[in-house]
Amino acid sequence: MQITAALPVAKMIGANRTVLGNGIVHVLGDAKVSPEKEKEVRRRLVEQALSALQSDEK
Amino acid sequence: MRIVHYINQFFGGIGGEEQAGAPLEARDGAVGPGKLLEQLLGGDAKVVTTLICGDNYAVENQDSMLADALEKIRAANADLFVAGPCFQAGRYGMAAGALCSAVQSKFSIPVITAMSDENPGADLYREFLYIVDSGTNAARMREVLVTMANLARKLMIKTPIDSPKDEGYLTRGLIRDQFVEKTAGERLVDMVLAKVKAEPFESEMVPTAFAPVPMPPSVKDLTKAKFMLITDGGLVPKGNPDKIQNLAATRWGSYSIDGCDDLKGEDYEISHGGYDAQFVKQDPDRLVPLDVMRQLEKEGVIGELYEEFLSTSGLANPLSNTRRMGREMAAKAKQLGIDAIILTST
Repeated sequence: MQITAALPVAKMIGANRTVLGNGIVHVLGDAKVSPEKEKEVRRRLVEQALSALQSDEK
Repeated sequence: MRIVHYINQFFGGIGGEEQAGAPLEARDGAVGPGKLLEQLLGGDAKVVTTLICGDNYAVENQDSMLADALEKIRAANADLFVAGPCFQAGRYGMAAGALCSAVQSKFSIPVITAMSDENPGADLYREFLYIVDSGTNAARMREVLVTMANLARKLMIKTPIDSPKDEGYLTRGLIRDQFVEKTAGERLVDMVLAKVKAEPFESEMVPTAFAPVPMPPSVKDLTKAKFMLITDGGLVPKGNPDKIQNLAATRWGSYSIDGCDDLKGEDYEISHGGYDAQFVKQDPDRLVPLDVMRQLEKEGVIGELYEEFLSTSGLANPLSNTRRMGREMAAKAKQLGIDAIILTST
């Protein structure tokens, strides 16, 4: 599965399992919040990735 | 005209799938489709050598097969190299493409092959070669050989080659200057008017087509699954040991995260010229989420994380290149028994 900030590119090439990342410059981060909060953001995205991997739907 | 022709074990009359392991052999004169090719080319055209190889052997031993074949083609003093037609046979197409590409760059003689648009060899080599569109049906052998012979003749006498549609070869993705009667504006208006009237028209912009990728089965049990992290955001250890280019990268690397719970900016650098890398430099977990994966591993949510992450730089890269790297990465993951991959892309 792919986590990307450029979702249209992933869709165009036919990626089946995708999650929208949090910006090109930090796909799995957020420079605007505290490091603790940022790790929560990251964890949520990875958890979304895990659900995508368990799903058979696009 | 001295021709060397490459065919697989099936068209060479050795046998079917049970003979796919047959090593490369050279026979004097034309064999199978080569006989018709010789006739169609006419004149002094003569298949001096036919190279025959089993499909499995060719793909599994590609480097040595290529070296061996090149030696035989050199010895035959060929003016033209022909491979196939391969139709839908994937391994055959890949071997034919690799051979044509190698012969072209090594001996600078015309080369030609034929396969279907969906053959994996077409994707890999269409940029570099004239690949006649054979379709998938081997019953079209004669028709395909006629097209190959016509194109080969043109290549031999170095006359300009027309468009893929006119000559019957697969689009190569090349852009060529051409004089036309009407300006772009006029052509555009013509197209719009045709569209409004529901008349046929042909766009001049052909978007790159991507074959649908079959969806791999889902992960049944995360707690037993072995994970791998891959990124195309260019994260590499300080010093960029594999010298991965920051644009049109031809290489990828595999870097240890064994015993590491959190990626530190001071240990890494970014080889990617396409985004502002300062945030990932501060904390590489923003690109390769190792800290969270370790958490999930410790909590038993996921089985285990493979001890290395793979990385390359995904920027301004020809598809032939990225497809090759993707295949190589997939082969590594498969060999390691990885169940799930999280690929992070900027």
